[in-house]
This record gives sequence, structure tokens and C-alpha cells, in this order.
Amino acid sequence: MFTTQVQGVVDARHPTSVQPGRRKRRPGLAGYGFVSLYTLLLIAFGVGPALYAVYLAFVNADGQFVGLGQFVKVATDYRFAESFINIGGYVVIWLVTLLVLTVGLALIVHQRSRFVSSTLRFIFYLPGALAGVAGVLVWLFMLDPTTSPFSSLLHVLGMNSFQKVILPPNLPWLFVIIAFWIGAGGWIVIMYGALNNIPNEIMDASKVDGANAFQLAWYIQIPMISKWIIYMAVLAFAGGTQLFVEPQLLGNNISPTWSPNELNYVYAFANNDFNGAAALSLYLLLICAIGAFFLISRSGLFKVDDE
Amino acid sequence: MKSHTPARSRWRRLGIATSAAMLIAGMAGCASVNVAAKPAATFAPQKQDSTSTITIWADATRVPAIQAYEKAHPDAKVNLVTFSTSGTVFQTKINLFDKTGSGWPDVVFDSHLTDLDWAASGKTPFAAPLNVELKGAGGQVFPSSKFKDFAKGALDPCTIDGTVYCVRNDLAQNVFWYNRDLMDQFGYKIPTTWEEFENLGAKLSKEHPGYVLGSVGDALQAQVFFWGAKCPINSLNGNKFSANTSAPECVKMAKVIDNMVANGSLTTDALLGNTYPGKYGAKTLGLVGPAWFGQYIFSKVLQVPAGKVAAAAPLHWSGDAPATGSVGGGVWYISSHSTNLKAASALVNWVTTDTGIQSIASTYPAYVPAAKAWLDNPKNTSYFANDVGPVFEKAAGQVWNGWSSTSRADPSNNWASFVIPQVIQGKSVVETLPGWQDQILNLAKSVGYDVSGKSK
Repeated sequence: MFTTQVQGVVDARHPTSVQPGRRKRRPGLAGYGFVSLYTLLLIAFGVGPALYAVYLAFVNADGQFVGLGQFVKVATDYRFAESFINIGGYVVIWLVTLLVLTVGLALIVHQRSRFVSSTLRFIFYLPGALAGVAGVLVWLFMLDPTTSPFSSLLHVLGMNSFQKVILPPNLPWLFVIIAFWIGAGGWIVIMYGALNNIPNEIMDASKVDGANAFQLAWYIQIPMISKWIIYMAVLAFAGGTQLFVEPQLLGNNISPTWSPNELNYVYAFANNDFNGAAALSLYLLLICAIGAFFLISRSGLFKVDDE
Repeated sequence: MKSHTPARSRWRRLGIATSAAMLIAGMAGCASVNVAAKPAATFAPQKQDSTSTITIWADATRVPAIQAYEKAHPDAKVNLVTFSTSGTVFQTKINLFDKTGSGWPDVVFDSHLTDLDWAASGKTPFAAPLNVELKGAGGQVFPSSKFKDFAKGALDPCTIDGTVYCVRNDLAQNVFWYNRDLMDQFGYKIPTTWEEFENLGAKLSKEHPGYVLGSVGDALQAQVFFWGAKCPINSLNGNKFSANTSAPECVKMAKVIDNMVANGSLTTDALLGNTYPGKYGAKTLGLVGPAWFGQYIFSKVLQVPAGKVAAAAPLHWSGDAPATGSVGGGVWYISSHSTNLKAASALVNWVTTDTGIQSIASTYPAYVPAAKAWLDNPKNTSYFANDVGPVFEKAAGQVWNGWSSTSRADPSNNWASFVIPQVIQGKSVVETLPGWQDQILNLAKSVGYDVSGKSK
């Protein structure tokens, strides 16, 4: 890294002596300047606390090293398996719904006229403008047959009280609906942007070859935006496993430890066991890391073609 | 970046696996150190400064009392912070202050009795002991003469091994609330036992379907029905916790609830939810609930007009001594980290025992002279159709002491999140009892109680 910097300075002083092609590859000092503030904040509020959690996970409240003790302790907690099963069910439904519907909707919107598509994009994006908690509060009313504008629909489904709506078997679906409503709009806009990046020549050539809308989407558009889709999957997977606000806000008739993150919260703030909470958070980190590694390595998301 | 050749990556993988295995083996060897180390509690007052400002945390309901204190004591230096006492906000903040080593408030109003357990434990417990002589604090923090006049049992939720850690603000003894107009109109007799309550439910559902005798859907209903039934599922003795849902009192109560849910005289819609007030507000013949339900639930939530709601003695098992449960009640904590314990104590003393301020409090005071003043204030009682004074006073001393109001394995949460969803899906409460017991004991174990003496 040091040599790169020095060369960067030299390059700047003798611009003529350097081949234009090589200069492009070397980041200048300005680049470091741009990322420095972010890096500092990232270290202070992201990396720092994460490393502190790693430390906490291997010691007890007195600071003595306990090896994997905390990990064993939280894994044998009677709520551990249940919360991971809950979140597993949710994440599967969430990822499938998100991938299919956002890509599908983006494709449909992309084929509409400019006015229709921009209007639809705006409408899809709108709920995302509500911050997470506010969005969930909206759904507290939407899901309550007493206050919901869709109460007749809920009654038809046999849900004549809020408690019937939030019965355990319904929960993953409810959380998916809430998450989709809040988060999908942003992704539809991103997918739309990705679709715009596909060169017109390719689209035209396929049309000339007789591809219909479905073939166009399946053989041309989706493969060409696959990296964006994987990127969305990675982030949605990480976000999904961290579900917290939704189950927390839906009230007393839901287990206070429905999701691993809620269990984490109980460990830290109801049991005052920051060490156990740290161990639990590392489990989540591990799962996210494995999921992301699998998706990224299979898809070659970060592979830069050298040509 | 180009990918590695297969051979190199295989070696690298092997290396990582080997070092990971060695790391795990090494760590497992050290795992004999106690994972759940609990530091022993010590208490030494901070250096006192009688001129320092004290910080008070209180909920919105308690704000007028603090403001009145400031008005009555112009020299008092008080910094009032309004906070939500719901959830674990209080504990969360104190835990974080404990981590950072500063920031604690001097006085906290708390609407959860269950906080005592953590507030009085740990390396440096947050709650200052109030009835022991302290060096450096000029004697006992809270005047012992005042402690004598609190209602019987009122300070139990503040006491561990004889040491008092908080001052009770208000009581929440359960009584039987009823709509006198409806009762007269239907020609029913006021129930005095759980058996009569069940019979009344059967009659009501037959003769006046749609009318109810309350709800079982909230968390607090565990304290209404199972505490009131003397069901031993929340027994805390020192650090020993036990729960036995197969005790006869528990099974009897479960059957009462099952029958009444089946005939519709008890609903699973939560009393504090959105559905109940509209559906049953005018159709609640009666219900078991704490003293504060009268003005809060009947008047504000169910919007029953004044002059209809009356209170009667709490329900008990026929042939058994009168007993009741309790739902809520607030307490005041004084911080052990306070540098002005005198000022903190003076404030808590005033807000809990001043008959003037307590007579206009929103809930029934725990301090007996203040409770008398409260009942004498027509504003507190004019809403009711009968004289609630004797009922409240009697019920205050009948709260069953076999249910720990301070245990953090309180069965209420499991009642709402484990039992009720199953009941809504068609199971009976009786069927869920064994599972409920497991949930309670598991929770007790997870918060550090000794559950080894469990009886099944």
C-alpha cells in the first residue's frame, strides 16, 4: 500500500512520464481522503463494537476467559432452537418472495410506458419512505380487525380478533408482508435501474430473433442482472436474520424471544448477560457470513474480469 | 482477482481447518471457568454532597407530583426526566450506565415490581438499601417511622432478606368489579367465590349471550386468575424458584376458565387490546381486576359512564380463606450511586407519604394515612356506584403471599404468549398446563434461579 501511495505522488508530479493506462489503476491520495471519514466511523461504530463482542463472547462477567462456554450456554438455552427455527422459516419465505416479486415487478414495470413505469416505481417506493418502526406501527392497525381498512377480508379469513391474526403459524407470513411492504420498493427501483443497464442492442437483437417477453426476461434480462439479484439476496438474508422490531412490537401474545435477535436483547438487557448476548450475536454473524460466502462464491459477485 | 489454483486452495483450506480445530480444542480445555460468574454485591455510599442536584426519572403520570414537590420545596434542586416505564427501558439504561460507570439517576419511579431482583443484585446494585444504617450517609436512608405505616405486605415486593430496597407508591389489590346497573337489570347476585363466578358465567351466557365477565387474553390475567386462585406457579424463596401447575388450585382455575371460554362468558380478546372496548365495553357485567381498573379501565378504556361501576370483595375458593391477587403497583428506587441520598430520600418520602399529594394521586396509595386521604377525596370515588373504601382497604391486606411479585420468571408473559395462542387455536387451558410449567421453569432457570427442587 505504501509503495502505491508514493508512486501515486510521483505520478502526479510527472504526469507525462506515466502511461495513461497504468495511471488509471493506481488510486491517488484523494481516494484515501474520501474514504477516511467513513473508515474512521466504521472502525469506531462498526468494527470496534464487533471486536468488543468477539472479546465478550469468550469471557464471563468477571472478564475471565471461558473458551466456548458462552456459545455452549446460549446454544443450550431452551429458546435458542425455537428462535432459529422461527427465523429460518421467515427468511426462506422472505427471500423467495422478495426475489420473485421484486424481479417480476421490475420486469413488468420496465416494459410499461415511461409515465406508467415512473408512477408505479414511485408507488412501490413510497412505503419504504416510512422508517422501520413507523412502518410496523402502520401494520399494527392494518392487522387489527377492529381498525383495519381490510377488516372484512380478515373476517372472511376467520380472523375476527387481533389475537387470531397473530397466532404463531401466521407470524412468518405477517413479517414477510410487513418487510416486503417496507423494503421491496427500494429494490424494485434498483432492479429497474439494473434492467436499464442492459444494452439496447442485445434487447433489439433478441427481439429480432423472435424472443417473446417471457423468453426475453428469462434468457436475457434475468441472467444479465443476476449480480444485482445476488447482491439483493445477500443483503436481504442478512437483514432478514436480524428481524427484531416486528415481533417486538406486535404485543404480548407473541413470544418475547421469537427471533434470535430478540433473544439476544433479552440476554443483554433483561438478564444483564452481555457475554451470552455477544456469543449469540456471533452465531448470527457466522450464519450471515456463511450465507454470504456461499452466494458470493457461487455467483462470482465480486469477480473482476481481468481480460 | 483470479481464483487460486485448486492445489493451493486445498492446502489453504486444510491449514484453516487444522488451526480452527486446534483453537476449539484449546478453548474447550479452558471451559471449566464459570461461565455465569455472578459478582458479589457490595454497597458503599458515594461521597455525599448535600448541595448537588438530584435527577429523577418518572413516568408522565408521576410528573405532577414531582412538580408539586418542587413548588413546595423551592430550595430543592431537582432535574426531572420523563421516561417510559414500560418494557425493560429502566433496566436497559441502568445496565448501560453500569457498563460505562456513570450517568445513573438519583431517584426512579418504576411500574414493575419485578425489577427488584436485578436492581438489588450485581457487583454494585443500583438500589440503595433503605432501612439499614449506612456509614457516610448519616444513618438510615429512609425514615423507619414512615415504613411502619405502609399497608400490610405493601413493602414485600421491595424487601429481600429483611432489607428494603424501594418504597411502594400504590397498591393494586384485585377486587371484583361489576356494572351495578346490569347486575340489577339481569337480577343476578354478586359472586363471592370462584364457583359462583363460574355459575354466573354459565347463566349469563345462556340468558344474555354476548355479555362477558372479563377477558383471559392479556398477560396480566395470569395475575388475576391464577394468583387469585392461590395457584403455586410463581414461588420464590431466596434463590429457589418453583412452579407446579398440577396443584389442585391451578387445575380448578384452568377448568373454570375453560368452561367460561367455551360458553363465551370469558373472552380471549385482550382487555387492553383494540377489540375488547368496542365489542364488550358496554357488555361487561363484571370482572376481576386491580383497584386501579375502576377509573382506568372502566372509565377511560371501556367508557362506562359514572355511577354504574361498583366494587365488591375479591373472589376466592368456596370454603377457603379470602385471598386475592395483585396487578401492578409502582415503587420508587433511590440510587446507590447518588451523591445526595438525603435529598433523594426527602423527595421519595414526600411523594409517597404526603397525604396532600397522595390524595390526588391517580392510584390507591400504599401508605395507609395517604390511602385514607385518597378515599376521602370525592374526586377519586365519585365515579363509583358504591363506597369502594371498605372493599379496597380489606382487599389490600388479603393479597396472597405465595405468588412472588418480584420474580422475573413471572408466568404472565408465558400465559399470554404460550397458553393463550393455544387456547385460541382450540386447546383447553388444562391441556396446556404441563407445557406452561415447563416454560415457567425454563424461564426461571434462564434468569438464574435455582429450580432443582421442582415438584411435578
